[in-house]
Amino acid sequence: MIDSIRGCSLLTLNDMSCAAITEVLDTAESFVEVNRRAIKKVPALKGRVVASLFFEESTRTRLSFEAAAKRLSADVLSLAVASSSMKKGESLRDTIATIEALGIDAVVMRHKSSGAAAQVEGFVPNVRVINAGDGQHQHPTQGLLDAFTVRQVLAERLGVIGSETGSSLFEGLNVLIVGDIRHSRVARSDVAAYVALGASVRVAAPGTLLPVDIDAWPVSVVEDFDEAIEWADVVGLLRLQHERGTGSFVPSLGEFTFTHGLTWERARRLKSGALIMHPGPMNRGVEVDSRVADLDAAIINRQVENGVPIRMAVLYLCIVGAAKGEVQ
Amino acid sequence: MSAIVLRHGLIVARAGSRLGDVLIRDGVIEQVADQVEAPPGAQEVDAEGCWIGPGLVDLHTHLREPGREQAEDIESGARAGAIGGYTALVAMPNTEPALDNVALVAYVLERGSRTPLDVAVAGAITRGREGQFLAPMAEMAALGVRLFTDDGLGVQDPLVMRRALEYAKPLGVTLAQHCEDEKLANGGSMNEGAVSGRLGLIGRPAVAEEVMVMRDLELVRLTGARMHFLHLSTARSVAMVVAARRMGLPVTCEVTPHHITLDEVSCSNFDPRFKVHPPLRVLSDVAALRQGLRDGTIDAVATDHAPHAPELKDLPFDEAPAGMLGLEHAAALAYEALGSEECSPITFFDVLSRNPARIAQLRQGDRRFGMSGQGGDVVEGESANVVVFDPDSRWRVDRTALQSRSINTPYHGRELLGRVRSTIAKGRLVVDESVLV
Amino acid sequence: MGDSVSEDRERPTPERVLTFAARSQLLSADDVMRALRRMGHEIVERNHDPESISVVGLQTGGVGFANRIAQILFEITGSQISLGVLDVSFYRDDLSSNPAPPSALTRIDHDLTDRTVIVVDDVLFTGRTVRAALNALSDWGRPAAVELAVMVDRGHREFPIRPDFVGKNLPTARDEAIVANLDGVWIGSKEAR
Repeated sequence: MIDSIRGCSLLTLNDMSCAAITEVLDTAESFVEVNRRAIKKVPALKGRVVASLFFEESTRTRLSFEAAAKRLSADVLSLAVASSSMKKGESLRDTIATIEALGIDAVVMRHKSSGAAAQVEGFVPNVRVINAGDGQHQHPTQGLLDAFTVRQVLAERLGVIGSETGSSLFEGLNVLIVGDIRHSRVARSDVAAYVALGASVRVAAPGTLLPVDIDAWPVSVVEDFDEAIEWADVVGLLRLQHERGTGSFVPSLGEFTFTHGLTWERARRLKSGALIMHPGPMNRGVEVDSRVADLDAAIINRQVENGVPIRMAVLYLCIVGAAKGEVQ
Repeated sequence: MSAIVLRHGLIVARAGSRLGDVLIRDGVIEQVADQVEAPPGAQEVDAEGCWIGPGLVDLHTHLREPGREQAEDIESGARAGAIGGYTALVAMPNTEPALDNVALVAYVLERGSRTPLDVAVAGAITRGREGQFLAPMAEMAALGVRLFTDDGLGVQDPLVMRRALEYAKPLGVTLAQHCEDEKLANGGSMNEGAVSGRLGLIGRPAVAEEVMVMRDLELVRLTGARMHFLHLSTARSVAMVVAARRMGLPVTCEVTPHHITLDEVSCSNFDPRFKVHPPLRVLSDVAALRQGLRDGTIDAVATDHAPHAPELKDLPFDEAPAGMLGLEHAAALAYEALGSEECSPITFFDVLSRNPARIAQLRQGDRRFGMSGQGGDVVEGESANVVVFDPDSRWRVDRTALQSRSINTPYHGRELLGRVRSTIAKGRLVVDESVLV
Repeated sequence: MGDSVSEDRERPTPERVLTFAARSQLLSADDVMRALRRMGHEIVERNHDPESISVVGLQTGGVGFANRIAQILFEITGSQISLGVLDVSFYRDDLSSNPAPPSALTRIDHDLTDRTVIVVDDVLFTGRTVRAALNALSDWGRPAAVELAVMVDRGHREFPIRPDFVGKNLPTARDEAIVANLDGVWIGSKEAR
């Protein structure tokens, strides 16, 4: 169990304690306020250097991380990997070594291969590695921002600030995660975060999109999606890659909508006050009916907004900690 | 060639092991006695506390030559084999180009003959190992090839496999299969299960292997041809092969050192050195393989020695090539899997020498190609392929101190019990005091 | 704030689990109240336009004092006093040796340009917290003046910073610890728990 990410790399939310996750959420709360200021910048990481290495392009996540680093006054080195030496046959190890030689404190990386961030951490033990999504493994900052957004919205309803509630709002909270669980790094990080915080998590998916090891997950599998809709306080939808809906995993996108889409009819069965989430980009009309996505219950824009403060919190805690190796 | 005297070891023989000395001269075991008199100029090997047995025979070595010499070549592979106690290696045909014709087979045999060991060749079953058209097995058999395999891949098409078995049967050769249905394996990179699910890696399920084992056993039943199952990794695979043999089918099987000493949890850190096909399985499979090895239902330990250049093992897990080194540590790992102190020296040499020599038809040797007899007892008149194994030696794997050109061992830092002290290949002392002479 | 040791500031963390062991109480709650009232009068004497005053308490130790000073200023002048709280964690120059995450929020809901900002903290020690606060305040505009009010000045400054309004000057040893809040002022030591 990891009790704090301070001074550490952030590769996965597995094995994170409730305290570790709560610390990130509380820190992010401070940065939400910073982001509301006229001058959205603090000098916390002045003189530090953060490299962003996106081996798989994701403009949204990359911009969010880079904005976060800049608002902390860090210098950002952004390597457009797709057009760089990786194409010329340079190995991951050599690319990282080159970046490290520029004197960096942290590297934010996205890669299509599961485990790539963990490998890079092994290559550069003195640099903090922040996983911005690796294959089908983990997307830790997405899991953190999802949990943060839920807490923020629920706390607002009580008229308090999220950081005043710790993890208490997750106790007894019913979270339903729906869709392509098998191939989703977001699902793996979300489940880890929600379960660590004390929520009760169920998953719903067609048989081909459930992970093969689902029995080992700390969740239960929903047999009747329509019933589970009535149970949920939070419905987390996942993106369905179109190619998986062509008969390879699911007979058609339409059939996926029929069995697991959050249609207008299903949305009407939601508890009042239930929240609808999606990590984006959404396939309107597939995972979620377009009208449902525009309901007040759909807090998708809040998720996007919280990307920057969560990533500020992660960068801040990971970089401004005791030097690596000093923390037990 | 000077004489060699092995002093005071346990001379392992089926008829009854005994303590004593062994005199080797002119490529044969000349004398086995309580004490032999060393001829002038003889090299003396202290075998006190050691087992003296037949040199080890590897059914499954990827020597990478031709085509991937940066990872290994025949010469470096033979050195690695000698350090590991091997006196004979069967070179796998998945080179570039594949060993699917007599010219390439002759090349490897010729290169092998320059090493101190016997280097036999396994030819490809299909042209280019592409699984479509039969390779010229009869021509290769005329060069002494006795094993054929498309290893790296199994022959996916059942009709091609049936024809290959039908064609091989009258040639008196054995087909060896890498059993994994690539459709079911789905491009996966580790065992499918709890660990792959957590790591987000696509799994190669046990069933991908078992389906092909099942299919091929039925094809053997149909054709009556001899078949050897390479690197079985699951309890079910072994059970099926054992049941088939009990019904009289001419089948044999091997396991690798890694499948009997490592399980899927090793992959948890995404270290591609633990990536191998078939993948490391679960602990219950490891236990079943160990049991099968001890009770003799599994014929052989074969290394599947698969060198890869370091930069390839720095790739992400799903992109890195599968395979790990085996030759230099196989004896100690097999000893561990056989129960260390409980390990019978007879079983040890059965699975590492006698049975592999029988399966590869290397027992008699083949003078035409300079092959000596392998896998015999240490008795007077046998070919002088002998290993001295110290079952009490504790040592640590160090990937910077390997004979192989590659360093992709998953055992770096692991403490091993049991070490090859000396290797005598074709009458020559090639390893002494655990270093190359 | 960072100059004192108080329970809510010192969260139990792997590196720092410190607790305050009081040796003696130096000021009572009444003494504190009297000192605050005097400081309020001094502030009004120096600043003739109460409308332009913004009181900013530093998280977390300065916030209680700032609230009380604002209330006292209201009682004296009859004008509503603008009040804010500031957390300077992200502005500190000793983050890596003092990596506690921010424990509290910043709330300054008005532009500080051309205003007189009274920065309020509990204990003035090295001056690093105040230096960080001065940097932070510039993000809210360009104040006409910044003045500093502290309950305790304990010496040992590492910056050219001096308070304008002081509750009590207390000569201390470097390794001693001071706790100051509305209930009183104590001297003691930090102890590892």
